[in-house]
Amino acid sequence: MRQSLNDGQLILNNLLKDMGQEVERILQGCIKTLKSLDRTQAEYWIAQDQVVNNLERQVDDECVRLIATQQPVAKDLRKIISAMKISTDLERMGDLAIGIAKVVRRIEGPLCKPLIDIPLMAEKALAMMRQGLEAYRTEDMELAQNLALQDDAVDHLYNQIVRDLLVIMSQKPEILDQGMYLTFAGRYLERFADHATNIGENVIYITTAERKDLNK
Amino acid sequence: MGQSLSIHNLEAWYGSNKILKGINMEIRPNQVTAIIGPSGCGKSTFVRCINRMHETLPRTRVRGEISLDGRSIYDLNPVALRKTVGMVFQKANPFPSMSIYDNVVAGLRLNGMKNKQELKASAEKSLRMAALWDEVKDRLNYSGMSLSGGQQQRLCIARALAVEPSVLLMDEPASALDPIATTHIEELIRSLKEIYTIIIVTHNMQQAARIADSTAFFLSGELVEHGPTSEIFTNPHDKRTEDYITGRFG
Amino acid sequence: MNDRLRRYRNEMMMGIFTVATLLALIPLFGVLGYVVTNGLSALNLEFFMNLPKGMGTPGGGMANSIVGTLIMVLIASLIGIPVGILTAIYLTEYDSASWFSMGVRFATDVLTGIPSIIVGIVIYSSVVLKMGHFSALAGGLSLSIIMIPLMIRSTEEMLKLVPHSIREAGYALGISKGTTIIKIVLPTAAKGIMTGAMLAVARVSGETAPLLFTALGNQYWARSLNEPIAALPVQIYQYATSPYKAWQQQAWAGSLVLISLVVLLNLIARCAFRSRSN
Repeated sequence: MRQSLNDGQLILNNLLKDMGQEVERILQGCIKTLKSLDRTQAEYWIAQDQVVNNLERQVDDECVRLIATQQPVAKDLRKIISAMKISTDLERMGDLAIGIAKVVRRIEGPLCKPLIDIPLMAEKALAMMRQGLEAYRTEDMELAQNLALQDDAVDHLYNQIVRDLLVIMSQKPEILDQGMYLTFAGRYLERFADHATNIGENVIYITTAERKDLNK
Repeated sequence: MGQSLSIHNLEAWYGSNKILKGINMEIRPNQVTAIIGPSGCGKSTFVRCINRMHETLPRTRVRGEISLDGRSIYDLNPVALRKTVGMVFQKANPFPSMSIYDNVVAGLRLNGMKNKQELKASAEKSLRMAALWDEVKDRLNYSGMSLSGGQQQRLCIARALAVEPSVLLMDEPASALDPIATTHIEELIRSLKEIYTIIIVTHNMQQAARIADSTAFFLSGELVEHGPTSEIFTNPHDKRTEDYITGRFG
Repeated sequence: MNDRLRRYRNEMMMGIFTVATLLALIPLFGVLGYVVTNGLSALNLEFFMNLPKGMGTPGGGMANSIVGTLIMVLIASLIGIPVGILTAIYLTEYDSASWFSMGVRFATDVLTGIPSIIVGIVIYSSVVLKMGHFSALAGGLSLSIIMIPLMIRSTEEMLKLVPHSIREAGYALGISKGTTIIKIVLPTAAKGIMTGAMLAVARVSGETAPLLFTALGNQYWARSLNEPIAALPVQIYQYATSPYKAWQQQAWAGSLVLISLVVLLNLIARCAFRSRSN
C-alpha cells in the first residue's frame, strides 16, 4: 500500500543517515584538528560544510516532492515535517562542528593544556546524535526521552570546562585569547548536543503528535 | 513492452464543437502519464482519439496525426488498433451476461482464440496482473456483476490486459471507487507501467500527483503544460496550471 | 386545525384512489370469474383429445383447434421474432437517427395500432385469393404481421437499456461491431427480448379477426399447412354464436383454455425471464 510514499520515506531515512555520518566524520575531524592545531587540516574541514548543506537540500526537495505529490496525512505527514526539521538540526550541527575548525584558525599555539574534556564532550554529543537518529529510525520513544539525561551530562561537562579555563586564564593572562576560543569550542559542542536533543523531540512528535521540551 | 506515442496537431470535433484545438504531445514508453484539467477541457476526448473510439460516436471528426512507435495509427484498421491500445473506462463495465472468466477472455475468444489451455493461462495471468486472482480464483464462474465496484474495475483492467496491448488508456478509472479500492487501483497502475505505457485521465489531481511520472494539464481543448509530475506540482511554469492545481481556478 | 384539515384531505384522496383501483379490478376479475365458472363445467379430458362433434351434438372437443392455434403461433413466431429482432438491431445499432429509421419507427407505431381485422383482409386479398384457398400458412403470416411491430418495439427498448459503455467495452477490446452486438449486446438484453417475445406470442394467440379471413377454421384435422386449419379463437367465435347449448358450453371451455394459455405465457414471461435479471 502507498508504495510511492513508502519509497519516499525510505529515501528520507537514508538521506538523514548519510547526513548523520557526514556530521560525525566532520566533528571527529575537527576535534582532531583542534588537538593538532593543523591549519591546512582546518581549512579542509571548513570546506566540508558544502557536503552537509547539499544533503540538507536533498532532504528538503524530497520532502517538498512528497508533500506535493503524495498528500501525506497524520503520522506520514509528521514524519516528513520532522525529517525537514531534523535535517535543519543536522545542518546546524555540521556548522557547529566546523566552528571548532574555525577556532583553530585563530588559536596561536601551543595549547596551554592537553585537551581531555573537549574530546570527551564531543564523544558524548556524537553519541547523542547517533542515539537521536536511531530513535528516529526505529521510532523509539524511550531512546528519544533518554536524550534529556545525556544532555544534562553534556551541560555539566561544559560548565566544568568553563570553570577550568577560567581558573587557567586568571593565572596566565597571556593565554586569554586561547582560553576564550576553547570556551567557544565547548560552547559549540554544548549547542551541538542541544540539536541532538531536538532530534529526540521530533521523534516524540512523530509518535505521539505531542511537542515535548527535552532541553529543560 | 510499452510503446511511445507522438501526437501532432490533433484536433477533434463533436458536431460543430471543436473539442481539441491542436494538441502536440510526446508520451514516453513505460511511463504513467496523467491528463488533468477541469470538466470539458477535452481530456477524455483526447484519450478516446488515441484508440479511435471518438470516431465511433455520430457527428464526430478528428484531424491531425498520432503515431505509435513512429507508425501512424491511421494506417491501421481501428479494430486492430484497439488490440494494441487498450482502454479502461470510468465506470466499471463488465459484460453483464458473462462470468468472471468469460469477461477476462472475451477479447481473445471473440477475436477467434479457441485453445482452451491458452485461454485459461491468459485468464490467470491477466487476473494476477490485475491483482484480482486471489480474490476470484475460486469463483471464476460467478457473474462479473457479483463483484464489488473496485473488483469490477480490476476485472475490467484484467480484461483489457488479456488482449496484450502495449498502451493502456484509463479514463478516470477510480473516480467511482472508495479510497481503499482507489489505492488498490493506483498501486496496480504503478506496477503495470513496467509492461505498458499508461495514459490516465483523472479529475483528481492528487491522484495524478501520486501515480504519474509525467502530467499534462489541459484547458479548453489546449495542452497548457506537460512535464515531470514533481515539477508540475511544485513549480508549474504556467500561471493557469498553478491556479488549477492550487484550486484557485476561475 | 390546519393539520386536521390536511389529514382529512389526505384520507379523502386515499379513498378515491382505492375506489378507482377497485373499479378497475371489477372487470378483470369479472371476466376471469365468469369464464372460469362457465368454462370449468364443460372442461374435461375429452375436450383436449377429441374433434368437434356434429351440429348441436353434446360431447366432442377442440383438440384440432388447440393444435391449430399452436401451429399458427409457431409459424408467426418463426417469422415475427427473427424479423422483429433483426429490424430492432438495425434501428438501434446501425441507423438510429436517419430519416429512413425514423420512418420505419413511425410505420411500426402505426402498424401496432392498426385493427387486426385489416391485417386479415390484406392477407386475404394478397395471399388467400392468390393461392386460391385458406391455409395455416396464411393464418400464421397474418399473426406474424401483428407480431413484428410488437417485437421491434420491445426489442428496441431492451437494446436501448443495454448501456452504451458495454458496447464501448467491446470495441475497446478490439472486437468488431458485429461481434460486439451478437456476442455481447444481445446476450445482455436476452432476458428482456425473450420477455417481449413471450408477450407478443400471448398477444397474437388470442387474435380472431385476421384468422377468419386466412385460416378460416376446420372441423377436422388439417393435413397440411396448405389447407384451412382450426384455431381456438375462431372456434370459440363460431360455437358461441351458434344456437346450440352444447356448443355454447364448449365455447366457454375454449375461452378458459385460451385465457389460461395467455395467462401462462404472461407468467412465464414475467417470472422466468425477469427474476434473474438484476
